[in-house]
Amino acid sequence: MSSLLKNIIRFILFIFLQVYVLNEVPPLHQFIVPYLYFLFILWLPYSLGRFGLLLLSFAFGMTLDYFTGTPGLHAAPCTLIAYLRPFLLNLLIPQEGKEQSYAEPSPKSMGWAPYALYAGLLTFIHHFYLVLIEWLQFGDFLYFLGKVTGTTLISLLLILLSELIFFRKAKYRTNAA
Amino acid sequence: MKNIFLFIRRYFIFLSFLVLQVICIVTLSTYSRTHEAFFSTAANEVTGRINSQYSGVSTYFNLKETNRQLAEENARLRNMLAQNFQAPDSSIAQVTDSSYRDSTTRYRKFTYLPAHVVGNSVSLPANYLTLERGSKQGVEKGMAVTGPQGIVGVVVAVSDNYSKVMSLLNRNSKVSSMLKKDNVTGSVEWDGNDPSYLTLKGIPRSAKVVKGDTVLTSNYSANYPSHLMVGTVAAVNSDPATNFYTIKVKTATNFFSIQYVNIIANKRYNEQTELENQQLKNQ
Repeated sequence: MSSLLKNIIRFILFIFLQVYVLNEVPPLHQFIVPYLYFLFILWLPYSLGRFGLLLLSFAFGMTLDYFTGTPGLHAAPCTLIAYLRPFLLNLLIPQEGKEQSYAEPSPKSMGWAPYALYAGLLTFIHHFYLVLIEWLQFGDFLYFLGKVTGTTLISLLLILLSELIFFRKAKYRTNAA
Repeated sequence: MKNIFLFIRRYFIFLSFLVLQVICIVTLSTYSRTHEAFFSTAANEVTGRINSQYSGVSTYFNLKETNRQLAEENARLRNMLAQNFQAPDSSIAQVTDSSYRDSTTRYRKFTYLPAHVVGNSVSLPANYLTLERGSKQGVEKGMAVTGPQGIVGVVVAVSDNYSKVMSLLNRNSKVSSMLKKDNVTGSVEWDGNDPSYLTLKGIPRSAKVVKGDTVLTSNYSANYPSHLMVGTVAAVNSDPATNFYTIKVKTATNFFSIQYVNIIANKRYNEQTELENQQLKNQ
């Protein structure tokens, strides 16, 4: 399957999963909201240019916002992590050209420890910014701290689960592709 | 001039990032303030269609609960029928005459339009419902929405076949309500924490409130008819700094399983709001 087709399918699946499954889960606690949709941005291929990455993430966030009725709320953190992603990848990937040989970030292509750091940092930044925007509209500092921590932990758990369930074969990029 | 172009070219990614961020924040802030985004009509139609597909599946899981609610409402309404309140010797014809012809043609103020809920959220800080009934079917912005058990929210955006309702579980929502016992009026808001509880503010300490009291909509709102169920008092907190109670209210509507609602059209809504918003001269 081509990379483009795969990412289009992922786009739709992640939106539907977030809107119709995760947002429908009855809240266990006021701090816990299961967010997983931004994993789409984490899984985008290395070959995508930085500007394309920004625009795609913005469009992705806005699509989700249409469903939840809050235009801009999810799009803002999405563009933020899309902007930071290339810097973080440059820091974490050894410079011997691994990014030339693998198609997209995954535990297999980066190693579990760097990948965990990559996913953890971007998840934290995403939730921090998302909850910050919510909090500016109506504030309570304890609520802010608790919600950032709670949602980050739940999201990391969900990411770990999806990495284990949908084990992506780390494809080598060939000249033909 | 050349330097400006060089600068833009060098920081192109960062600048586009900033532009996108500004777009996000601006749309978000204007949307929350006025509840009408410029794209809401078009987007409503698309997401509404997908929502109704999904809701077609999920309604089956709640059929039993929906049935119970509708049966209860039917029983309640049947108890309110005019025939139930007749003295044995008064004539039926008189009662039917006066209640039907006059009230429907001349004095009707509120009309109830049934609608199917195709989208709903409870876990976000700003929750909305999507209904499958739009401007073509007579829905307008500002109409109130009530469920079988209690009030639900207010219509904030309308497209051809769908409408978007700001539910009570939204931090911008504010409903004028009163205690059933002594008609003291306050306003019901949501603090954003627990989807089963609302906050009733503005009740003076002179009012006697106890746990379990009923809270109804007041006479002062333009879109809600009075005496609709809002909820029951769950806890009473008195803030020593002010002269008012802060009352925790359990919602009558169960927002987790809401399936069918009624949109309430007020014939004289525009007339009333226009008069209320009029600037009085020569004061």
